[in-house]
Parts: sequence; C-alpha cells; structure tokens
Amino acid sequence: MTQANTVGRAPTSPAPTKILVALDVNGRQRQLTVAPWTTLLDALRDHLDLTGTKKGCDHGQCGACTVLVDGRRINSCLTLAVMKDGAKITTVEGLATEGALHPLQQAFIDHDAFQCGYCTPGQICSAAGLIAEGKAKSADEIRELMSGNICRCGAYPNIVAAIQQAMGTMAGRS
Amino acid sequence: MINFQYARANDVADAVRMIATDPTAKFIAGGTNLIDLMKEDVERPSGLIDISRLPLKGVEETSDGGVRIGALVPNSDLAWHPLIEQRYPLLRNAILAGASQQLRNMASTGGNLLQRTRCAYFYDIATPCNKREPGSGCSAIGGINRIHAILGTSESCIATHPSDMCVALAALDAKVHVTGPAGERVLAFTDFHRLPDSSPQTDTNLHPNELITAVELPAKGFPANYSYLKIRDRLSYAFALVSIAAAMELEGGTIGEARLALGGVAHKPWRDSAAESALRGQPANQTTFEQAADILLRDARGYEHNTFKIDLARRGIVRTLTQAAQATPQSQSDKKIR
Amino acid sequence: MVCHDGNWAPGLGISRREVLTGTVALGAIGSGRPSYADETQRPATALRQDNQVSKSMTLYIGTPTSRVDGRAKVTGEAKYAGEFNTSGLAYSSVVESTIPKGRIVRIDTSDALRVEGVLDVLTHENRPRMAGTDQAWKDDVAPEEGSPFRPLYDDKIMFSGQPIALVLAEEWEIARYAASLVRVEYEKQAFVTDLYQQRDQAFVVKKPDKPHGDAGRAFAAAAVRHEAEYFIPTEHHNPMELFASTAVWDGDDKLTVYDKTQGVQNVQRYLCSVFNKKSDDLRVISPYVGGAFGAGLRPQYEAVLAVLGALALERSVRLVLTRRQMYGLGHRPATIERLALGAKADGTLDAVTHEAIAVTSQFEDFSRNDTGWAALLYKSANAKYVHRLARLDVPTSCDMRAPGAAPGVYALESAMDELAVALKIDPVELRLRCYSDRDQNEGVPYTSKQLRECYRQGAVAFGWDKRSAEPRSMRDGSELVGWGMATGVWEALQMPAAARIVLTANGHAEVSCAASDIGTGTYTILAQVAADMLGLPIENISIKLGDSSLPQAPVEGGSWMAASASHAVATTAQEVRGELLALAKAMKGSPLADAKFEDTMLADGKVVSKQDASRAVSITDAMRHGAVDRIEKEKTNSFPDDSSHARNTHSAVFAEVKVDEQLGVIRVTRVVSATAAGRILNTKTAHSQIMGGVVWGIGMALHEETVFDHRFGRIMNANIAEYHVPVNADVQDIKVVFVDEPDTIINPLGIKGLGEIGIVGVAAAIANAVYHATGKRVRDLPITLDKLQRST
Repeated sequence: MTQANTVGRAPTSPAPTKILVALDVNGRQRQLTVAPWTTLLDALRDHLDLTGTKKGCDHGQCGACTVLVDGRRINSCLTLAVMKDGAKITTVEGLATEGALHPLQQAFIDHDAFQCGYCTPGQICSAAGLIAEGKAKSADEIRELMSGNICRCGAYPNIVAAIQQAMGTMAGRS
Repeated sequence: MINFQYARANDVADAVRMIATDPTAKFIAGGTNLIDLMKEDVERPSGLIDISRLPLKGVEETSDGGVRIGALVPNSDLAWHPLIEQRYPLLRNAILAGASQQLRNMASTGGNLLQRTRCAYFYDIATPCNKREPGSGCSAIGGINRIHAILGTSESCIATHPSDMCVALAALDAKVHVTGPAGERVLAFTDFHRLPDSSPQTDTNLHPNELITAVELPAKGFPANYSYLKIRDRLSYAFALVSIAAAMELEGGTIGEARLALGGVAHKPWRDSAAESALRGQPANQTTFEQAADILLRDARGYEHNTFKIDLARRGIVRTLTQAAQATPQSQSDKKIR
Repeated sequence: MVCHDGNWAPGLGISRREVLTGTVALGAIGSGRPSYADETQRPATALRQDNQVSKSMTLYIGTPTSRVDGRAKVTGEAKYAGEFNTSGLAYSSVVESTIPKGRIVRIDTSDALRVEGVLDVLTHENRPRMAGTDQAWKDDVAPEEGSPFRPLYDDKIMFSGQPIALVLAEEWEIARYAASLVRVEYEKQAFVTDLYQQRDQAFVVKKPDKPHGDAGRAFAAAAVRHEAEYFIPTEHHNPMELFASTAVWDGDDKLTVYDKTQGVQNVQRYLCSVFNKKSDDLRVISPYVGGAFGAGLRPQYEAVLAVLGALALERSVRLVLTRRQMYGLGHRPATIERLALGAKADGTLDAVTHEAIAVTSQFEDFSRNDTGWAALLYKSANAKYVHRLARLDVPTSCDMRAPGAAPGVYALESAMDELAVALKIDPVELRLRCYSDRDQNEGVPYTSKQLRECYRQGAVAFGWDKRSAEPRSMRDGSELVGWGMATGVWEALQMPAAARIVLTANGHAEVSCAASDIGTGTYTILAQVAADMLGLPIENISIKLGDSSLPQAPVEGGSWMAASASHAVATTAQEVRGELLALAKAMKGSPLADAKFEDTMLADGKVVSKQDASRAVSITDAMRHGAVDRIEKEKTNSFPDDSSHARNTHSAVFAEVKVDEQLGVIRVTRVVSATAAGRILNTKTAHSQIMGGVVWGIGMALHEETVFDHRFGRIMNANIAEYHVPVNADVQDIKVVFVDEPDTIINPLGIKGLGEIGIVGVAAAIANAVYHATGKRVRDLPITLDKLQRST
C-alpha cells in the first residue's frame, strides 16, 4: 500500500557495531549482542523478553525501570547495557523462588500496594534494594528512600505498609 | 540519541589518551545525566569512553587528616561512608537531599560535579539556548524562569547548577583533582564551576580532555554544627528552588570559622567570603545570621518568575544557620523544618 | 471508625452521644453487607431486592478481597500494550512539530532513510490511505462539535508536539535516531496558547444546568456576599505506562492491535472506520492498562500510527510514545472559575453564580460540567451557571479524573469556605445549613444521599471538633497548622454492558467482557460478583477483559464500570442459574422438582432452595445428569430508565496541612475522606481508589501544572521531573471512611462506582486548610510557596 521510497536507496549511515555482552539475569547466564545505545532497560524488554521491568519515562524520573545490579537498585533506563557486561541483574521476574512469592510481592498483594500495576515491579525491586541497604527504619525513612518510585495511582501509604510487613517477614527469617 | 562509538578505558592514562584522540567524545561513569541528555539530543557525543571500571572508588584518609574521595565513588556510597557520616555529615545530608536512591547508586562523585542545568530551554532543542547552542539567545530571560538564578547571572544565561552535593563540597572547601594531557592539577572547589558570563556553554574550568580523578576534603568537617536545607516544590525527588549549606565552629555562643553556600541560585554553588566573614567572631544569633544573608544576597537580582527566591534564600539562610548553631541539622526524612 | 474524645462540635447540631452510639452502624466496612442497628429501619424495597438477588451474595461482595490479578502484577507477568513481543516486529518513532500552528512546507526524510535499519518514513505525503471525513474519525466519546485530530493526515499544524512523521525501523533506537534526522520547513502562523489572552473571545456552551430565579439580583441584595475567581492550570494525566500500541500483522490485511486504552471496542470501531476495515479484520486487545485516568478514553494517535506503519510495511509494528510526546495528547483544560455566592446572615444561600471558562482546541469543542454542582449540594432559590470555551492552539482537552468536577468543585468549595469565613460560621455547619436533599437542576430527589453522614463521620474521624476557627491560631512549633474541609460530589452513571459466562461441569466459570481494568479493580470485583452469583469459590472464577471480541462494554470511565459490568455479570448468572435449575429439575426425584426460579439460588456449588437449604442439587450433578459439559450464556444488563431520581456519590474531605511559617513549605499531614457511594463491592480495592483520588487531590492542590511558554506555544515541563506529581514523601496519613449507603433504587446491587469521587473536593479541602493555617488565600492552583509568599 505504501508509496514509500524504500526502493533503490542505499543506507549511507551504518547501524552501530554491536557488542557481545554477558549478563547474569536472575541467576541465568545470558549473552546478547547489543548496540552501545541500547539501555539495560531496552535490552531486558526487547532482547530478553523480560518485560516485567517497565518503561515509564526513560529519563530516570519515575523509577518504574528499577532493577538490582549487583544487589543495588538502579534506574535501568539510564544504564547502557554494554557498561554492565559481567554484572548480576535481578529483575522482578527473578524475585520469586520456585513459585513462592518474595515476601515483598506477597506484602504488595496483601496491602493492595498498587492499582494499575505498572510501577509495581520497580517499586518492589526498589524496596528490595532499600531493605538490603538497611538504612530505612521508620515510615518517614521508607517514604523518603522510596520517593524515587512514582505511583500515579497513589498507592503510597499501602506501599509503605507492604514494605514494613516484608521487613518484618524477612527479619524473622534471617 | 545519535549513533556513537563505545570504548572502555583500562586505566586513567588510557582514558586521557583515548579522549585526546576524539575531542567530541565524552567520558561516561554513572551516566545519569549524560544518557538523559543524549536521549534529548542535547548531548551528541561521537563516542563514549567508559571510565566506570577505573580504580577510582576509594574513600581514604589523607596524611593531613582530610579525606580523598575517588571520582567514581557512587553518591550513595559516599553519603553512607563511615568517614563521611562521622566527619562530614553536611556532605552526607546534601547528597541524600538530591535525586533518588537509585540515581545516587549510579551517579559518581566526579559526574555529580559535571551535572548540567535543568533549565527547560537547555533541554528543549526546539528553543534557543546559549548554553546548548552558543549565540542562539537565552529563552529563559523573558521566558519561564521560576527556577532560575538570582546571583551571578549574565545577559547570556540565567541557568542554575542543579547539584546538592556540590553545595556542600563548596562549603567544605573541597579540592578537585584532575588529570589531563598536561598532567595532574588541583582546583579549589569554588574555582571549579564557572559563572555564565558570555560563554555559558562552558560550565566548568575543567580543560578539554581532563578527567576528574578525586575530590579531596580538608580535615575540617564541622561535624557538630552544620545543616543542609533544601527547599523545593515537593518534599522529595525534586530539584532545589533554593538550598543552603551552613556549617560553623562555635565557642560559647560565638562563631569561629563559618561556611555558607547556596544551591539553586546561580550557575555554580554560591559561596561568598564576605558573608562568611560577617559571621566569624560574631554571636550566633538572628541578627548575625540576617546580616550574613543580606551580604550574601546584596547583588541578587530576580527575573519575572523567580524574584521570590531572594526573600526565600534570605529566610532560608537564617533558618539553616540557626539549625547549624543549635546543632539540629535538617533531617532528610522528617520533612518538618525544625 | 475512630471517635475522638472531647466535645463534639456544637455547630453541627448532632449530639456527641448519637455519634458514638450511631443509629446507623458503621461496621459495614469489611463486614460484607450493610448492617442495621434496627431491622425495622431497613426499607421494604431492600427486602424485596434481597429476595431477588442479594441473599446468597455475602461471601465475596463487600469483603476486602485481594486483587485476582495481583500475582500477575507483582511478578511482572502482566503484559501491557508495548510488551507483546512478536517475531518480525518493527519499531517506530514519532517526529513532532516544534511549532504550534502553521503548515509543513517541506519535509525531508532523506537523511533518515539513509540510516541502516530504517524501513520507511511515513508522512502526510506518502502514508497509506485513511478516511477523509470527520464522521469517520469520531470515536464513541468524541465531542459532538468539531473535527477530530487526524495524525499524519495533511500539512496542517494545529499544536506543538503534533506527530508529523513516523520512522519505521528494525530497532527502536534506530527509529529514534533517524527521527532526529527528519528535517521540516514550516510556514508559521500566529497562534495563542494563553487562556487569559483569549478569555474575552470565549463562547458559551450549552449545559444541562438549569438556572433558577435571578441570581444577579439576589446576589446584589444578599446580606453577605463572596465573589472571587479561581484558576486551575492545564494538567496532564501522566499515567505511569507510556502510551503504546503493538499492531500485529496477522496476514491477509488482518491486524491484532495491543493498545493502551480504556476502551478496546471504542478503539476497534475507530480504527476500522479510519482504515475502512471490517470488524472481523481488526481486533484490539488491552488486558492490562498502566493507568490512564481519562487519557485513554479516546483512541490516541499511537494506535493510528502503529496500524499505519503495519499497513505500510505489511509487518508488525510497535509504537511507544515518549513521556514528552504524551504532552501532545489530551489534558485537563486550564479553567477560570468565577463564583459569586450571596447568603443571609444565618448562612442560607440566596444566590449562586458559577461561571467557567475552559480551554479547548481550535478544532473540537470539549467541555464538561464545571458548573452546576452547587445545585446538587446547596439549596438556593437563585442560581445561574455559564460555561464558556476559549480556543487555543493546543490539542483538544479531554477527560481527566473527575472532569469538570475536580476543578469546578474546587472553586465552589473554596468559595463556600470563604463564605463561611465571611459569615463566621463553621465550614461544616454552613454546608449543613445549605444542605439540599434534592437535585435542584432537575428538581428530583436522590436515589440515596448519605452526605450528612459523610460530614458527621468524617468530622469525627478527623477530630474536627478540636479546630480553632481563627486562621493562624493553630501551630506545631515552627509550623502553622491548618484544618480545612470540602465536599465532593460525582455522578453514579450506568451504561449498557454485556457479559458471557461459560460454566463447566467441574464447577469452574469463565466470565468475559470487553471492559478494561485500568487499575480500578474490575477483574476483582467481577470475580467477586460472579463467585457470589454462581455460588462458587472465587478461585474457580476466571475473568477475561480488555479484548474487543468479548461481549460489549462501555469505555472504562466516568465511574460507571463497576455498576455496569457487575450487573451484566449478575444478569448473565441468573440465566446460568435458570438453566441449571432446569437441569436439576429434570433429575429423577429431584429435591428441586417443584422449586420456582425466584426461590432458588446458587451457593456452595449447588442449586439451592432459599426456603430449605437441604433441598439442593450440586452444579456438577445437574450438568452430568443432563449430559451438559458447559453452559454458556451472554446477556446485557438493563437498568430502568428512571429520571425521577438523581444518582450521585458524595464525600466529605477533611485535610490537615502544616506550613512552615517562615519558608512557606506546605505538608499535607492528614486527610480523611468520608465517602458515600452506595454498596462497596470490595472494601480493599475501593479504599485504594479513594486513597489514590486523595493523592491526586494533593497533587492538584500543591504540585501539578503544565507550564507553557506562550512565546513558543510549547510546554516547558513536558516530563515528570518538572511536572510534579506527589511522591511517596508527600503523602502521609490518609484515612478512608465508607459511609453506609443502602440504595435500593439505583440498581439491584446498589452499586455506584468510585473512580472519580476520591479526588473531588480534595484540592479545596487542602486550599482551605492552607488558608486556615496561614490566613492567606491562594486562588490559583497549584499552591506553591512563592504564591503563598506574595498573596495577602
């Protein structure tokens, strides 16, 4: 149907050279070839079909893309995949173990800590990072250190309650 | 985002060599600001030199009692490093006031110094901006300028430097260690960032092809009397309208050495030796603090939407100095301003 | 429910004892059904309703049920529009206009086309064919007047950020890069994006609000008058999910479009119309929607462009808009609201005038009811409402959570607060003195209206009796404390909807409907309704939504989905019951042989006699005996066409702010929302909806504003770093109280819907609290510290 000029043109601007990157994603060794301009977020979503990690702004302004890299929470939208060669990545898909939900996942359900669910994987990964950091004790501290994850549905009080529940569960286990 | 070459530097010398071969390339460490700007086509480097694996991640005591911070130490690690928490809590609080924990986990110490402005016109390539496109004009003057500078502005640019960490580093008299083709040199922190004058495209006095390797703090950290107060449009995860770093030595109610630096008001973290002199040797009271504020803001000039910052800064300075004097530093999690 | 100690506010005219004992029990929350302290209070009609449908429905309906889609959402399994990966998928990127008005003189795509991996660049010059009439571009919820926007249609530029080219490529980064290489030459035309510049050119829009009396004369004669203008800026929905569409090329010119939308069937009809396709050839799917708040009611341009790309390439195409590009979609219109209230010294109103001037585009007339809400809340012999529209060179404004009411009631309830100050009457007391039991626009009573209880229970939960009336009279150290309140009101609409139930002999049921769940909890409430109506455990119910091939549903908006879809399910379940009963009766020696349909119900997996629970046949037995594997029924709901009652939800919102006296930093420390919205299907998800509405109200009051540079006609904060929405630290204590509101008239289940009521009134309550704290009245939102500094 198109009358486009796709015929008879030769590209003169070559696509970027792709680079082989090895990542440990949720405990699995993954190799992928990506262009330098591919972010970790797009690599996960488009190359590895791990769409649990969300794109909400693509500019580090919302936190929906939060994943754990070597145990630390970061914005995968501002991270080039090539720079994380060899890193250990944990996404929301990697939190449940053998079908059992992570305490944070269960707590988010219990406290209805989401509505549309789009910020949720980022919230949960961020909360996992927060708990690992061990700096947040009070509700005020949780609120402040979770402020990099926007929830437009406005589930914040339930998110704080869910994190407090999971902190309790996880402290009980260790 | 344009197509660019990617290369990884193995050591500092390697990095400096690599950038010299491609003057339009840039170093990348945390990438929190650079990737953002590349996605907006504001930054269009031909190549990125990945310095994130260079061995610049230490936080070490120096022989003269200070601390040397590797340029690649992530902001969050720095904030929560025991040496910083104990001896430079002003720096800790300033860092924790900035961005989000995710971004602080990514952003490097050196990169934080090189953050570019949040001026909306700088970000919008459809509008004129002298900083982005020298000579195209400043859209903020006569435009939307509520977040813009009130001090040290020029006819070319009224942008502000957006960092919180740098405000504390300025107050703490930090030094910046850089390495370039001509070898190493050290810049006083207050000399690192520039005012816009007629060339706002240049944010800092870093020479082309130089790499920041470390930031050094002198021994004096003001761990007893300090505060960092950030005033913004929402209670977290927002850039400062005005931020104030205050620190002092106190002896029986009299101020010894004092430091005062402001963020969100100028093209660089704003420090004013005259204002600090006005504090030194004076009683730590409202009158003294107001005088210092008046001195610091004596040349402040507002634009259409940001005149409020002058009064806000004045009140904020007095408040922050009071918090510092009373040893009740502003908490970053308890949002009540004490 | 918390009852504070201390004296009850005497002004409310309610004794403290009454509140504490509560003739209407407050325990309905979470208990599963309304409870009455005294059975004689139960209306006779309620008993009749119970006999029909309600007796067996107490297991799930009304209980705090966790989301049935919760697991999918917390594990990342839930897939949104931009996440359906398919082989051979091409990616795309939009080029936007940088000017607000003019013509494209030349568009040069040659550099973009030279990039390796670019498949094509579509512009108005080379795109595939699209419909050429306005009618073909009108979707189900398009404004009646005007000419809907057509992306890539011609050379005309009507707003900054308008899509003017679509780059198609093998990878999205390539598409994005190539998009930056498209060169455009414009012929620029004069434009205007400033409402204040155009207010005098605004034209009157017809509204259903009926004037009564002579408001002007009554105002002039009133003992106490308040008149002021309020301003609500342009706001953007900013759902977390970026607008996205994946158009999957199924071959033979057939397409499956995964789109971010609040109405799959609306998008399907629209795309079929635009691309002249048969409904069988284009299916729209949207199982999960990452927030929308009205932005997804009308089909957005990403769906058109993804299909356009797929048709051009005969290949699957995905388009994900950037956050910046989403500012080129609809928005809550900037609105100037003028209120003039005249009262007697005792506080009763004599005159209400509410005039609004809202923004629309140059090409469509979008308007909602900003005015007229006063007639639902307050008695006044004289009232006048005028709604005007001003045309600007911006995209057509659109519905955003509680359209009309969020801004209109903000203004009304701010004005009521100012009137209360002028009258020296407690703000709650003033509202009670003006309370209307009738909708004065239509002159009819309500199906139910427990707003008095909202005021009462909200006040108790908040501790309003401890408020000192004088502004600046309450403080907490360095902070001034302010307590403010406002009323919320919204409509309780219901729309035609159908549901299909497939019951299998193993006692599992699949319930399907084309409705979307945009986070509102539709999956969950339908599972609850189906489980109760079919007498099955909720685990045995599976819900399918968000697919245009499923039974008819309206767009998910206006707070009408819960009532509409629930009744579709309930109605269909009755059909299932009818067939099961027939099967049961056919069994030899059936205990239900002589049972009448209306005397039976489904419970515990059985068809049961209501009179005698021992007379029962299990669903499995009935179906096996009848040699029936599955029972499939599809029915449409039906609601009586009853104009003799007004249908509304109500709330009373109480807010506490703390304002730093020197710096003007505002914190919202507490909000109580007491909401009356009929029967609450799921107290857990309902709580979240109201809480979310309150968070939106906080944003509206203190943060949200789309900032234009009128010299460029461009939005200067088209991101979510500088377009501030509340973050976690901005939200502290929110208490939601559901006031028991049995409604036997509105519909058999007594459901009203909750999507919008949560935000209405919140901004006013906060603004009123800021006034109470500081003595300063900021009448243009958002209330930022600089405005507080300069206002008097």
